[in-house]
Amino acid sequence: MPDHPAIAVDQLVKVYKTTRAVDGISFALEAGSITALLGGNGAGKTTTIAMILGLVTPTSGTARVLGAEMPRQRYQVLHQVNFESPYMDMPHRLSVRQNLNVFGRLYAVENLEDRILRLSAELDLSELLDRPVGKLSAGQKTRVALAKALINSPQVLLLDEPTASLDPDTADWVRGRLERFRKERGATVLLASHNMAEVERLCERVIIMKRGHIEDDDTPQRLLIRYGRETLEEVFLDVARGRGHAREAAQ
Amino acid sequence: MPAQRVRAMVLRYVYLLRSSWTRLLELIYWPAVQLFVWGFLQLYIAQNSGFFARASGVFIAAVLMWDMLFRGQLGFSISFLEEMWSRNLGNLMISPLRPLEFVCALMIMSLIRLAIGMLPVTLLAIAFFGFNLYSLGLALAAFFANLIFTGWAVGIVVAGVLLRNGMGAESLAWTLMFVLLPLVCVYYPVGVLPDWLQPIAWSLPPTYVFEGMRALLMEHAFRADLMLEALALNALYFGAAVAAFLALLESARRAGSLLQTGE
Repeated sequence: MPDHPAIAVDQLVKVYKTTRAVDGISFALEAGSITALLGGNGAGKTTTIAMILGLVTPTSGTARVLGAEMPRQRYQVLHQVNFESPYMDMPHRLSVRQNLNVFGRLYAVENLEDRILRLSAELDLSELLDRPVGKLSAGQKTRVALAKALINSPQVLLLDEPTASLDPDTADWVRGRLERFRKERGATVLLASHNMAEVERLCERVIIMKRGHIEDDDTPQRLLIRYGRETLEEVFLDVARGRGHAREAAQ
Repeated sequence: MPAQRVRAMVLRYVYLLRSSWTRLLELIYWPAVQLFVWGFLQLYIAQNSGFFARASGVFIAAVLMWDMLFRGQLGFSISFLEEMWSRNLGNLMISPLRPLEFVCALMIMSLIRLAIGMLPVTLLAIAFFGFNLYSLGLALAAFFANLIFTGWAVGIVVAGVLLRNGMGAESLAWTLMFVLLPLVCVYYPVGVLPDWLQPIAWSLPPTYVFEGMRALLMEHAFRADLMLEALALNALYFGAAVAAFLALLESARRAGSLLQTGE
């Protein structure tokens, strides 16, 4: 076992001009864990993930991935990390196979042809391999994006709304694949989502952010008990509407 | 490993070019139009002027070499813009691809695009106007190296500005080189410029190339001194452009603009 957490965030702050997007948050994710980052729009989830990935430089504090400080030491670990987000696309004119071929080479994946074939079989993409990505449906594109995120069998996988804009059946299918990958690879997964059912199903820990702060951090079960709620959605609404502490105190 | 990542990026752009005949056609279209306009103008003037009759091929050579400069930069910038248009930049920025490997892949693509566009046009110049650019021999290699390095330097700075400022700066990719057009004296000698403007012209490497081209075609003299001066200036500008690109990339990380690559 490594002697450092897979992801360690310490007193992380990001200020954009006068806005404190992330305001002194700290947490550590153990290797092999799956954690949700919850919060309303503007809570600071995406900025936090971007700092963990090294896309954004923190104003102060540190974000470490597999022991490497981001973004300063990012090239020590980026080949073991990947990310999927509906806000990033893959080149539309390239076929699924071409896209996976390019990204596989960027990540120096060994036996790339085999990896592409195996991954496309697992993600039900075999029939689509030679179709341009731009001609695929939203659900198919999400599966391709997931294939790209898994191409290097990452030790650390970050996901931003992985099932946004998917129908319930496809979303459930994607969750199943993510669960399987995490178990088989022992990867650490950090998932930003608005879908509470997804979080309840997949995650063993939930970090709730609001206005750049961490408002709560616990297992889904303990959050439900502490807030006296039936679902995480109700907990989320309590936190978002500022009723969290009052309700917890009453409990 | 770096070579593999550079190859991966070149492959990505080759896939794109192969998938789009409009992109391929566009590479040849404008250089060909330029060639015919200036070529026929030169033919007309040469029939009515002793000077131009002696300076046969100067306009056509100038057009072709200006296109090497402009298309060299544009080939670099468009390949970079393809990543922004396809919202793929984030995927690249979180991959192990390093900034200088990315720049290297864009330079290779600039050469490939230039070859696709310019080779047919240089053959058209032979067929229609009897002007063989390749007859310039080694001098052509010196001219080309200096022009392409300037084109890359401009392309690298434009890419940095795009990273920092997003697609709002896209027009720079198409227009920045035209600021240089009157200053680098493509179609006339530096002596034509007002005195105060001449030092500015001489601070730009392409000026030396176009002066060298006129010396070669009109006086049949290869000015190696001009090429060496251009090369020294290019080394300076290229180094400064790479430094600016890296600084703008870091600035983009601080400003969070790598997350938002739209307008």
